[in-house]
Amino acid sequence: MEVFVQQLINGITLGSIYGLIAIGYTMVFGIIGMVNFAHGDVFMVSAFIGLIAYLIVTAWLGIASAVGALLIVLIVAMALTSLVNWTIERIAYRPLRGSFRLAPLISAIGMSILLSNFVQVAQGPRNKSIPPLLQGEFVLMGRESYQVTLSHRQLLIWIVTAVLLVVFWYLVSRTALGRAQRACEQDQKMAALLGVDVDRTISITFVIGAALAAVAGTMYLMYYGVVNFSDGFTPGVKAFTAAVLGGIGSLPGAVVGGILIGLVETMWSAYFSIDYKDVAAFSILAITLIFLPQGLLGRPEVEKV
Amino acid sequence: MRIKRVGAAIGLTFGLATVLVSAVATCAQAQVKLGVGGPITGGSAAFGAQLKNGVEQAVEDINAAGGILGQKLTLSVGDDRADPKEGVSVANKFAADGVKFVIGHFNSGVTIPASDVYLENGILEITPAATNPKVTDRPGMWNIFRVCGRDDQQGIVAGALIAAKFKGKRVAIIHDKTTYGQGLAEETRKAINAKGLKEVMFEGVNKDDKDFTALVSKIKSANPDLVYWGGLHDTGGLITRQMRDQGVKAPLMGGDGMADDEFAAIAGPGAEGTLMTYSPDPRNNPRNKEIVELFRKKRGFEPQAYTLYSYAAVQIIKQAAEQAKSLDPRKIADVMHSGKVFDTVAGGISFDKKGDVSNDGYLIAGKKKERYVLYTWKKGPDGKISYFENNE
Repeated sequence: MEVFVQQLINGITLGSIYGLIAIGYTMVFGIIGMVNFAHGDVFMVSAFIGLIAYLIVTAWLGIASAVGALLIVLIVAMALTSLVNWTIERIAYRPLRGSFRLAPLISAIGMSILLSNFVQVAQGPRNKSIPPLLQGEFVLMGRESYQVTLSHRQLLIWIVTAVLLVVFWYLVSRTALGRAQRACEQDQKMAALLGVDVDRTISITFVIGAALAAVAGTMYLMYYGVVNFSDGFTPGVKAFTAAVLGGIGSLPGAVVGGILIGLVETMWSAYFSIDYKDVAAFSILAITLIFLPQGLLGRPEVEKV
Repeated sequence: MRIKRVGAAIGLTFGLATVLVSAVATCAQAQVKLGVGGPITGGSAAFGAQLKNGVEQAVEDINAAGGILGQKLTLSVGDDRADPKEGVSVANKFAADGVKFVIGHFNSGVTIPASDVYLENGILEITPAATNPKVTDRPGMWNIFRVCGRDDQQGIVAGALIAAKFKGKRVAIIHDKTTYGQGLAEETRKAINAKGLKEVMFEGVNKDDKDFTALVSKIKSANPDLVYWGGLHDTGGLITRQMRDQGVKAPLMGGDGMADDEFAAIAGPGAEGTLMTYSPDPRNNPRNKEIVELFRKKRGFEPQAYTLYSYAAVQIIKQAAEQAKSLDPRKIADVMHSGKVFDTVAGGISFDKKGDVSNDGYLIAGKKKERYVLYTWKKGPDGKISYFENNE
């Protein structure tokens, strides 16, 4: 029982990070129908921005409080990563809009390689690490021999994910911006005719996706303490899987999908052989898609004639 | 149209550059071509840097002293990214470039397929790091040598230490599913089982993962007194860090794949108390004082772990070539197999018929040093956590 609860905590934390990245995939796909393969690397870049910001904040500005430092790091990472993603959209995707379907996809793969190689050259190929932050923990339950703990970091990741999900869900479903996004999602031409600035809406979508990836990147850095240039790949693939599993285009679906993948991985590792945890996660994805092709929370595709 | 022209211009520039580079390479005649292959990028880049720096310095020093048999050495660097496929393409590239001697690779899983390419092309390979038994155990491989030990030797040493220090205690074994990591974990398991100690857990993990919280919770419930790690320093460091996060106090014990200070940087303060088996540290040999200083001052590089072993590998090629009076890799290999003791920065090294370091181990200051000794990670005089040889 104790082990189960502990693994549940581990799984939800891991899944929350996947979920935050998955939102970026799902929003971009929803609005322009393109899988932004560079998103995983945008996440990695944000972790590096966070790392640099953290070092500046602690070493040069001498801000010792972990919470204060994290808050500054988070804001800096969100701002700069948004700028990066905005630029990527501007130079790599927008000129190709209206071109054949695969063009932006190839461009995205190119961007992904560019980002990881750039970071490799600029920051070096080695692992970068920070000392452990926010080391406290709550003991939830357990006997002498096995205590179930929820670390402050894990709790922070939960809270941040939940708050952001609510904020962005509100943004998409209740504001003028969200209405414009949904309009572009349904029919870009019609939306433009009705006075929606399509290019601007798409840019904002990329900015929001990047801001969330930056939150995930900062959380990742804080939680694991280590980052290197190739770290965009695995979480990127897992998050994309989560977006598909949750129903690509659906915001809550992305988070649900992320948590589900995190839980499957963790529970499989806990009770079966860790060697096969990725096999288990992807098998579940395949099975779900056979029976629910639109994903868990996705809307079925309606083909208009 | 404009894009096309730019593309053509870029293509032309690259083409020209390639032609120029190869022209430069061919006009410098009478040179001995040496290659160093290792993970220059990726998670194991710390080790790639050790190999590269060690070989580069050796080449500089040998060239400054007149080269080998009057010929200068030229060095090319191949990045295998710790990936067997990349290793084979590095090997093919070396072969195509006419490289005759290779120092590398780092990972056993990369070294084994690459060495087949070297065999086909008559290239002599000395690995300073690949410890899996299969590296030298395959028949007909006249061309491969190693200046490090073997996992079956390391496993026996590790197993004996565990059996002595953790008699009747609980030992968990984890590995990274690579040729090296799993091989070492299995050899160690065999060795402790032979001493009557049964492990409480035996698991493999993905080396590219970052999240080991599930594994650590599993370790926590197995409640071990020691966690044995078969794998490299980056994954090992993350596991240690996450163990301390979840309050697992058991020390980690690993093998030669952990020998870089980056382990402590990744693991954080929880790295203290980690045990490690590794070959004798050449930095401790008073005779090497000058060269260690040279690395630190000139290169700004701490010559830890495999650095001086890589340096030694180049020294061995020079000494063997001078004895054979030839630069033919085959003849040099014959000299190396003959049991001659080579005088290197890593001590006196001789090879057995397979190309492994012979049972004489390393001769340091006239005394035999075993191929594997125990180290403990602790705070050094400068306050940084590093590995120190146990004096007992």
